[in-house]
Amino acid sequence: MKTIKVLGSGCSKCEKTAEIITRLAAEAGVEVVVMKETDPAAMMGYGVMSTPAVVIDEQLVHSGSIPHRAEVEAWLAKA
Amino acid sequence: MLEVFTLLANWLVYDLLGLSAATKMGDALHFFIEDTTKIFALLIVMIYLIALLRASMNIESVRAWLVGKSRFVGYVMGSLFGAVTPFCSCSSIPLFLGFTSAGIPVGITMSFLLTSPLINEVAIVLLGSLLGWKFTLIYIAVGISVGVFGGIFLDLIRAEKMLQPFAAKAYIEAKQASVMGERRRLNMTERHQFAKDELIDIFSRVWKWVIVGVGLGAALHGFVPEGWFEQHLGQGQWWSVPAAVGLGIPLYSNATGVIPVMESLINKGLPVGTTLAFCMSTVAASFPEFILLKQVMQWKLLAILFCLLLFAFTLVGWIFNGVGLFLFSA
Repeated sequence: MKTIKVLGSGCSKCEKTAEIITRLAAEAGVEVVVMKETDPAAMMGYGVMSTPAVVIDEQLVHSGSIPHRAEVEAWLAKA
Repeated sequence: MLEVFTLLANWLVYDLLGLSAATKMGDALHFFIEDTTKIFALLIVMIYLIALLRASMNIESVRAWLVGKSRFVGYVMGSLFGAVTPFCSCSSIPLFLGFTSAGIPVGITMSFLLTSPLINEVAIVLLGSLLGWKFTLIYIAVGISVGVFGGIFLDLIRAEKMLQPFAAKAYIEAKQASVMGERRRLNMTERHQFAKDELIDIFSRVWKWVIVGVGLGAALHGFVPEGWFEQHLGQGQWWSVPAAVGLGIPLYSNATGVIPVMESLINKGLPVGTTLAFCMSTVAASFPEFILLKQVMQWKLLAILFCLLLFAFTLVGWIFNGVGLFLFSA
């Protein structure tokens, strides 16, 4: 099972990012835990400078925008 | 080329709705329709074109560029990057920490953060189409100067000592070697995709502000009597500037909403310095912004920042009330 963290200060884009990932994971039948990380020190730890950012199993895969559908599907496929 | 929007508004308001240009309602509505249609059209073109150009530029490459630069170059470039880099205020904290943990001085980071909300392509489109190129250039120069001098001042008072402990620690332990900017060559399809995303993202964020701003501007335009401000505040009474700034800093608006209001205030005879000071202070800072910054700064530094902005915009206001006449000859 994948642990996916959405990093961001809780703005609407971060909400949307978390929602897209949750929805696509459900569609693809991949089991995931989606968490929101709002602590600035944690973001600094991942080296993230623009949010929303996505961390999958402690690996930073994306930052700065709401990810495209194709990107999310690619992440989920790499199970 | 831009007359087409005047003609459109003429047709809609005078012909289709049958309102007269002499009525307040007709006048205000005409102003509203002409300005919103013109601004929307210009925004779509400008946002797309600028995004095409900056598709390969990102915040990581800006940081890589700023690391280890001399102080003076740093403030100016920090401020210039702030003007051209797209960035949403909800990213200001991670950006602040990302810069700080790479050893970039707090002042240079603040040069970036102070200029960023003041200057962007949306603000420039609005200023250019509503207030003319001369005013636009002056606005840009003032925005960049506030960033540069604000940054220099914050480093002079050693702002890094007034950060929250974890941020101060990150600055001291900065590891410059690990910072590498990645820059990828993009092909035209990728650039177009990026520009399209940017256009949708920015436009869906700002269109309502344009309507609110122009709507307020139109209301002022149609309903506040000509010369009202001139009679009451027209002499540029010295206290009117700090009062306007003190009112503006806690208020939140972005450049998009406030620029159309500026146009109307100036046309109604509010002195240009007072207007500029009020509007820039609403854009540059706000209560939500300060609450965000509290995560990385101690109260003392926040209070200093507030006073710094109050002082800077008051000075801008006084200077431009002094030289305002020159601007209006345009």
